[in-house]
Amino acid sequence: MRFVDEYRRARPVKRLEREIRRAADRLGRKVRFMEICGGHTTAIHRFGIPSLLPDQIELLSGPGCPVCVTPTTYIDRALSLACDASCTLTTFGDLYRVPGSDGALEDASARGADVRVVYSPRDALKFALSDPQKVVTFLAVGFETTAPAVAATVLEASAQGIENFRIMSGHKTMPRALRALVEAPQVALDGFILPGHVSTIIGPEPYGFLPQEFGMACCVSGFEPTDILRSILALTLQVVKREFCVQNEYRRAVRKEGNAVAREQMSRVFEPCDSQWRGLGLIPNSGLDVKSEWRAYSVDPPDPTLPSEKHEDCRCEQLLRGLARPTDCPLFGTVCTPDSAVGPCMVSSEGSCAAFYKYGAGGIES
Amino acid sequence: MCLAVPVRLISIEGSVGKVELSGTVMEVGLQLLEEAAIGDYVLVHAGFAIQKVDQREAEETLRFLNEVFDVMGKRDEVR
Repeated sequence: MRFVDEYRRARPVKRLEREIRRAADRLGRKVRFMEICGGHTTAIHRFGIPSLLPDQIELLSGPGCPVCVTPTTYIDRALSLACDASCTLTTFGDLYRVPGSDGALEDASARGADVRVVYSPRDALKFALSDPQKVVTFLAVGFETTAPAVAATVLEASAQGIENFRIMSGHKTMPRALRALVEAPQVALDGFILPGHVSTIIGPEPYGFLPQEFGMACCVSGFEPTDILRSILALTLQVVKREFCVQNEYRRAVRKEGNAVAREQMSRVFEPCDSQWRGLGLIPNSGLDVKSEWRAYSVDPPDPTLPSEKHEDCRCEQLLRGLARPTDCPLFGTVCTPDSAVGPCMVSSEGSCAAFYKYGAGGIES
Repeated sequence: MCLAVPVRLISIEGSVGKVELSGTVMEVGLQLLEEAAIGDYVLVHAGFAIQKVDQREAEETLRFLNEVFDVMGKRDEVR
C-alpha cells in the first residue's frame, strides 16, 4: 500500500513502533487488544497499523460502531414511519443504507418516502420549523457522544415551542456493553483501546471496573496514528508490568471529569433502559429511553426484547466479542460486501468487516 | 460516527456559534459547553461543540494532520 509505506516514514511513528516492539519482547506471550470505537476501527485499518505491530500483539474490533449494532427491528420501525405521507424522516448518513429485514431507508426514499440525510439533529429541527405540516422524526442513533446533542435538540424544540419534532431513540451506552463483553463465558482479551469521544463526555472513570474487576489493560485513545500507537504501547506496558488501570492518552479532548454539562442535558431527557444490540443481543440498561416528561417529542422505538434478524452463517457475533476475525466468516467478501451487507460489521463504513474489506488485511493474519 | 474535529469559534450569538475549518464556515450548538469564547478551539460532533480543546494542543493536532497529508503527497491543508 503506497500510502502506508509513505506514512511509515513519519518519525514519531517509527519511534513508537520501536518502543512497542521493545515492550512486546517482554510480554512472553501473545496479547489481544480490542478497540470499541468505529473511528478507531477506520483509523487502524486506514493507516495499516496492524502491519506496524509485532506478532505478539493482535488488534480486534468490538461493538464500537453504533450504526452496526442498531437492530434490524429499529430500521424496520423507521421504514414503517417512512410510509406515512405526513412524516419526514431525518437520519445520519451512515444509517441510510443499513438494511432492515426488508430493505433500507434508501429503498424507501427511492419509493418516494420523505427521508433526508442530515449532519446534525439541529438540521432536523430546522426542517420541523420550516414545515409545520409535517412531523419531522430524527433517527437518534449513537453512543454517549451523540446522545447529548440529541438531548440538547429536544430541549431546544421545547424551548422554541416546535411541536412537530420527534426523535426515535436508538441510543446506546458503552460501559454496560463492555461489562457484558467481559462477563461472557468466553473472553479472549487482554485490554481495551477505549473510545475517544464517548470518553470526552463520560470521562475515564466509568471504565474503572475493567482493570479493577477483570484485570484488563485500558487506555483512552485519540484518532491520529500516533495516538493509537501510543495507546497500544501503554496497554502493552500495563500487561508487562501487570499494573492495570484506565490510562488517558487523549488528554487534549478527555478530561478526568468528562463533560458534566453534556451529561446533565443527556440525563434531563433520557433514562437508562434495556437495549437490543445487533450481533450481541439484549443488554440490560445499555440503552437510553426518552423520559416520560418529553414523550411528546418521542416516537416509541421497537420492543428491545425483540431479536435482530440474522443470517445463520454470519460470524459478526463472535467477531464483536473478539472470538473471530472477518476472514473467519464464510460470507465475508462474497455474499457479504459493503454494497450488499449481511452482518452488522459490514453495514456501516465504520464496521470492522467494512474497514477490513476496504483497506485489506493490513497485517492481520487470516 | 463519533468522530469530532477541533475547530476555532469565530462568532457567538446566544447558544449558536460559528466555526471555521478549511475556509468553510458552519453553525454549531454551544449548549453542551459550560462557557465558550470567540477564538476558543472546540471539538465538534453532530453539529454541537462537545468540548473545549487546549489551543496549543489543537494547533499541534492540525499541524500534525497537515504533516501527515504532506507525507501522503496531498496538498490541501487542513486549515
